[in-house]
Amino acid sequence: MLEIKNLHVTVDDKPILNGIDLTINAGEVHAIMGPNGSGKSTLAYIMTGRDGYAVTEGQVLYQGEDLLAMEPEERAAAGVFLAFQYPVEIPGVTNTTFLKEAVNSVRKARGEGELDAMQFLKLVREKTKDLGIPDDMLKRAVNAGFSGGEKKRNEVLQMAVLNPTLAVLDETDSGLDIDALKTVADGVNALRGPDRAMLVITHYHRLLEYIVPDFVHVLAQGKIARSGDRELALELERTGYADYRDAAA
Amino acid sequence: MPDSRATATDLIADYATLKGSLPGHGLPWLDTLRADGLSRFGSSGLPTPKVEAWKYTNLRSLERSSFVPALSLRETVSVDQVPTIFAEPEATFRLVFVNGRARPELSRLDGLPDGVTAAPLAQVLEHKADWLQAHLGRVGALNGQPLLALNTAMMDSGYVFHVERGVVLEKPLKVVFLGGQGDQAAVYHPRNLIVMEENSQAAVIEHHNGADGVAYFANSVTEVRVDSHAILHHAKVQAEGDAAFHIATLHAQVAEAAHYDSFGLSLGGRLSRNEVSVGLNGAGADCQLNGAYLMRRRQHCDNTTVIEHRAPRTSCREIFKGVLDDDARAVFQGRIIVQREAQHTDGHQLSKALLLSDRAEIDAKPELEIYADDVKCSHGATAGELDQDHLFYLRSRGIPEPQARNLLIQAFLTDALGAVTGYVLRVALEQKIKAWLARAAEEAEA
Repeated sequence: MLEIKNLHVTVDDKPILNGIDLTINAGEVHAIMGPNGSGKSTLAYIMTGRDGYAVTEGQVLYQGEDLLAMEPEERAAAGVFLAFQYPVEIPGVTNTTFLKEAVNSVRKARGEGELDAMQFLKLVREKTKDLGIPDDMLKRAVNAGFSGGEKKRNEVLQMAVLNPTLAVLDETDSGLDIDALKTVADGVNALRGPDRAMLVITHYHRLLEYIVPDFVHVLAQGKIARSGDRELALELERTGYADYRDAAA
Repeated sequence: MPDSRATATDLIADYATLKGSLPGHGLPWLDTLRADGLSRFGSSGLPTPKVEAWKYTNLRSLERSSFVPALSLRETVSVDQVPTIFAEPEATFRLVFVNGRARPELSRLDGLPDGVTAAPLAQVLEHKADWLQAHLGRVGALNGQPLLALNTAMMDSGYVFHVERGVVLEKPLKVVFLGGQGDQAAVYHPRNLIVMEENSQAAVIEHHNGADGVAYFANSVTEVRVDSHAILHHAKVQAEGDAAFHIATLHAQVAEAAHYDSFGLSLGGRLSRNEVSVGLNGAGADCQLNGAYLMRRRQHCDNTTVIEHRAPRTSCREIFKGVLDDDARAVFQGRIIVQREAQHTDGHQLSKALLLSDRAEIDAKPELEIYADDVKCSHGATAGELDQDHLFYLRSRGIPEPQARNLLIQAFLTDALGAVTGYVLRVALEQKIKAWLARAAEEAEA
């Protein structure tokens, strides 16, 4: 589903990713772990097409297509979703308006019919119930004044209604207490399936207790330093990232 | 540089021939008022950028145009459909002016309750001239106000809205000004008067509309009096044709514990200026002045406000928000004066512009003059572009860039619309904004 080949990325001419190779097949959940500044978020942003990142070498293929050549909205329509580490607040746009616009834009691009107000409401109600999101969160402006936990729940709500094929979760556990973490993880797990894949980016092992990955990769100095199964995450929990920092020195 | 007096002479040249047909001709007090306006305008001419209040709005393009007075237009044009801001399930009160002439056959004033007058100025001059004498022309000296002086000399149309003591009018009065009908470039000078007596309540919605491609010049003056404990909601949609000049001067006097709010949405015109002066004259008088504007191509839009707090515990909130694309220009001049007596005044002013093109421009000039020592006053003026992080967030959820931009533009304007009274009106204004954005997008593509 996703093939990242020898990906080099710079930000303001500073190299951040230095040759990433990663293949994710349908049905798989991959975790990327690593110390701060190892390039984890850059990898997440490059997948969704944020400005300010220059690909100097390599390529990213999504379902055989050149992902990097697509506009952000085209990627979303094609089924790529990024749950942001720091979701922005957008005063003046209600969550409902935003979700409806997003769902119908994506459905339109996919050649599916747009949902009318009733159909949309039914879909959203179903998902908010699953995620324990109160109705008033839909009426408020997008993320405006939301707590950290509410913002992360809102990300997972968007993911649930947009129904992506490849979900990238960037530090979705940060700022969550244990109850919120479980709710969010349940929401993510509900999307797991043989046709979908996930890339979970996290600093800590904690999230991976709830979203159990098939593969774990350690990112250090903009490269994948080591790959393994979930045991690797447990090992990192014990040893920390010191080894990977030393390697750079 | 052309001599503005030449055009000034043009604008009043027809006075001698027209004066016999101007409303209220022969009333000594009105003839005197007009003569004063005539001599003031005759000696000042149109304001030039050398005049501080007109520093950022240059009337050169107006000077280069020539106009036919509305009263001299060859014929009355027929109007199939009167534009409406929102459809009403039941008939509302409506006054219609076309090319600066009152059109009773298009107006709908049946069923106005006792104690409410809504009528063209000319009609009120016939029936209640004495009452008008007491209220018209109470806007202070005409010094330094050339457009006001010009209107005073030439006032040829306009409406009078009078709500007597204690009367509450449930339905709003709609006033429609339709310009640019036919091929002649008309000039007209509506003079409007709104008098809200003690404890009365009402809403007025003005809709200024016009055909594209026809130059015309609407130079209106509105005098507003809100007596103690009265409430007036005043909304205005300026959707003039793209070759129109629209200059509107409004003076409001707000008495003790009275409330005046105004919201203006400016979308049209080649050059438009809304100049609003509010005197908060009685203790506890309160006003809200809000505006939103969307301008593109070479449109120019000026919002100039002067709020004078003259009594204790008076308050005013002002929010002006604008969207400027292409080579559009906007001006915001906001002056707040707090007199020595006006202790515990609460005055807030905000001007924000969203610039969608590198060539768009806003000139903002807030001015505070405070002579009292126990007041809360603030002002802020910003200009910026769309937030790229917001745009990216929306796009990352599949919303195509044009729609994402429009969502953010509407969101930006939201708090200027926040004080609009009435859900139906508010939704209608949002629809106007959406339609403007859709049209701009369509034409940008073509």
